[in-house]
Order: sequence, then structure tokens, then C-alpha cells
Amino acid sequence: MSAAVGYVRLKLFARYAELVGQDELQLSVPLPSTVAEIVRHARAEIPGAGAIPERPLVAVNLRHVALDARVADGDEVAFLPPLAGG
Amino acid sequence: MLTRDPISPAALLAEVAAPDLGGTCLFLGTVRDAPADGGITGIEYSAYEAMAVTELERILAETRRQWPAARVAVRHRLGLVATEEASIGIAAAAPHRAEAFAACRYVIEQVKERLPVWKKELRADGSVLWVDPQGRPAVVGPA
Repeated sequence: MSAAVGYVRLKLFARYAELVGQDELQLSVPLPSTVAEIVRHARAEIPGAGAIPERPLVAVNLRHVALDARVADGDEVAFLPPLAGG
Repeated sequence: MLTRDPISPAALLAEVAAPDLGGTCLFLGTVRDAPADGGITGIEYSAYEAMAVTELERILAETRRQWPAARVAVRHRLGLVATEEASIGIAAAAPHRAEAFAACRYVIEQVKERLPVWKKELRADGSVLWVDPQGRPAVVGPA
């Protein structure tokens, strides 16, 4: 039985966007996936993304989530460098 | 709540003022120079804007729940901010000072912890560093 496949929009910012040279990519991911699995996939497959930490801050659909959060088809996933607001 | 224009303390204060609110706090976060590092000319702020707006709305909603009588306004600046200019302004007005201080403090502490905003330090020697308030700066290279 094959897993379902979906797409997530991966958004990168600040230092992570500079490492990869892009600020937005569409990723094809097996579903179901956790955020941690998406991080692993991105770090392994996207040139430059290997320098992103193994456990970055992540948001899904504009909310902070833990790395074990589930991701659905069409979600917007963002890897967030260390925050420096205020 | 996100702006590329200089932050106006007067505008923030006017936004929260009301006849029944006797205590008002204004917090400004300003860009500091770094003479030990050779000085900085400014900081470039960037954000995950859609999430920054929703996160600020959540923070304000939480503030309203905890201090229902307080009125709060916040502005975070994006783009290039020179030293001594404000990157963030928060005004909180309440019937009495205790709630005004508490609400204002809550907002800045939550912003520091949650807001998807990043800052790039532009140094006088031409180098550029991403700032990690918790750790070491990551050198980007010449601007």
C-alpha cells in the first residue's frame, strides 16, 4: 500500500533563506508527515538547507508548533531562525 | 501593527487614551549602538509578516483577557532602523497604574518570545550579522 503524497509550501526567512537562496519552495511530502519529518527531508534534499538546525523553530499555518505536529496537504510550513522581535 | 515608518509615541498614546483611564505606560524598544564591536549604523528588521500580525493579534487578545480594563496599542517597525530609533512601541492605558504596567510588560515579553521577526545588524565596518538574542551572531559577510 503506498502512502499518500501531498504538497506543503515551505517558507524560509532571514538566515535560513540566505542559506538556501530562496524564501519559498513547494515540497512534495508523503502523508501523513510530522513537521520533524519535513525538517529532515528539507535538510537532506534542499541545497544549502543542511546548515539549518536539526530542531528549528517551526510554524504551520501561521502558528508555532512542536516538531511532532502533523502536517496536512496544502499546509504552509515555515522554518523560523532564532526570533529577535521587540 | 507592522510599519516601515518611524514609530510615533504620541500616536500610540492617543490610541489608548480615554477619560476613565488614569494610568498609561509607554514602552519603546530602541536600537542600541555597539561601540565594543566598532559601532553599528542600524538594524534591518524583517518578519514573517502574515504570522507576525496574527501573533500580535493573539497577544493583544490574551492581554485583553487578563486585563479587561486596559487598552493597548503596539507597533513593530520593519526595514532599516537607525540607532536610537524605536523598533517597537507599546502603549497601555488602564484605570490604574498596576494594570497599565502589567499589560505593557506582558506584551513586550510575549513579543520577545513569539514574534517571527529577525534583525540584521549593520556594522560600521561594513559587516552584517544576523542577531540571535539567545546566542552567538551569525556572520553574513560584507553588506
